[in-house]
Amino acid sequence: MTEPLVSFQNAGKMYSNGTVALSGLDLDVQGSEFLTLLGPSGCGKSTILRLIAGLDNVSSGTLTRDFEQDHASIGFVFQDPTLMPWASVFDNVFLPLRLRGFARNKASPAVNEALALVGLASSGGAFPRELSGGMRMRASIARALVLRPLVLLMDEPFAALDEITRFKLNDDLLALQGELGTTIVFVTHSVFESVYLSTRIAVMAARGRAVAEIAIDVPSPRGMDFRTSSVYAHYCAQVSRALQRAMDGDLA
Amino acid sequence: MKSFAVRPPRWAARYGPPALVFAAVLAGWEAYVRLRNVPAYILPSPSRVLETLFTDRATLIPALLVTLKTTFAALAAAVAGGVGLAILFTQWKWVERSFLPFAIVLQVTPIVAIAPLLLIYLEEPAAVLVCAFLVAFFPILSNTALGLASADRNLVDLFKLYRATRWQTLLHLRLPAALPYFLGGLRIGGGLALIGAIVAELAAGNAGKGAGLAFRISEAGYRLNIPRMFAALALISATGIAIFVALSALSSYLLGRWHESAAGPER
Repeated sequence: MTEPLVSFQNAGKMYSNGTVALSGLDLDVQGSEFLTLLGPSGCGKSTILRLIAGLDNVSSGTLTRDFEQDHASIGFVFQDPTLMPWASVFDNVFLPLRLRGFARNKASPAVNEALALVGLASSGGAFPRELSGGMRMRASIARALVLRPLVLLMDEPFAALDEITRFKLNDDLLALQGELGTTIVFVTHSVFESVYLSTRIAVMAARGRAVAEIAIDVPSPRGMDFRTSSVYAHYCAQVSRALQRAMDGDLA
Repeated sequence: MKSFAVRPPRWAARYGPPALVFAAVLAGWEAYVRLRNVPAYILPSPSRVLETLFTDRATLIPALLVTLKTTFAALAAAVAGGVGLAILFTQWKWVERSFLPFAIVLQVTPIVAIAPLLLIYLEEPAAVLVCAFLVAFFPILSNTALGLASADRNLVDLFKLYRATRWQTLLHLRLPAALPYFLGGLRIGGGLALIGAIVAELAAGNAGKGAGLAFRISEAGYRLNIPRMFAALALISATGIAIFVALSALSSYLLGRWHESAAGPER
């Protein structure tokens, strides 16, 4: 088996105010997989993403990353689009390249390509407030992808969107992953979304304890046929039961 | 049968009501003075004030230019000082801890109490300039410092993720995020710079060389030239309104496409 891209071993995270966010976490992220972290609020899912991104450090145990030396290998999509409202969509997507010292004209092909990937090829000149919620999230994803990261971290990116937009973005995200081969670590509260998107789901309980790891052994591309299939319903039931155990604190 | 309601243009709906109220007040004032035969040394009519503005222009316009020069020089210094210090506050907390108390002391001490002291230590034009600077400085400093510290936490994390330098974070994140706050402070500071200049000119009084509009008001008061007092006052009001309108237009221009305070309805 190949070395994991990210590996937490007995990792813990305690904040300066004494809050224990993670304790004894063992979790691997394999290359090119779509791993979803599913669990109740406050179980440490977002903390795991911040640790992988290098925005925080573990307090105990170890975290190893295969891409430690190259930070352009990580893309991050937040729950809100987190766009710079004063900048056009183009300039928002250009940001990671600008911070790495690229001139605007030199970065232009990469930016336009990222915009095209998310279906915003003609919206580069618009400002974020002129876009719908779904388009803003697409711009946020384009920004995360513009450096072609090895790992894409997504913290409940579609939580605030309506169901129709969410379904569409789910499909687009799977298509993007199929095209780019990016490893995705995705945080959500939705059982249905996690089953539809993932190749593996880690169901988390309080303090980042992994209650269950469930592989979703269904090939891509997935579509409405999968959403309405008995296989999908079976996986949803299995994940729901694991989530219930996580919420009950039943580790048996 | 279809009926079509005729709507007034947007500018008429926006500016019509205040213009009508202003015209009605002037008309009432004019009528009162004329019907009651109020002497000009008690209350001049608006037409008399307008006439004085024209006849005394050789005295009033140079005075206006002096006050304007003081106001804009003070505002420019307040912008440079306020923004510069706010940036230092954000970059190094020890600078904020060291200097903020002094900025607050200057803010809470009434300018009319400081002006006589400044007139002892400085030449009159410099003292007036410093007074106007002191009152305009604090709103620009405090608003800009607040804006620089108010950048979206997730965006700050994103800049950290991409290993942005402190300079890049300031230039591409904190300064643009602070722009609406700065412009709010600038609008307040613009009005206060004029007030500071006028107050300092009044405080300078006899010590002054009779340059600014405030001195012309004092001088006209001593001579019971009430129409000239009103004319000078009208010029000060018009200047204050012009500064406010110009800074509001600048704010709309810079924020128009992206900030809630200036933009139209979003999608």
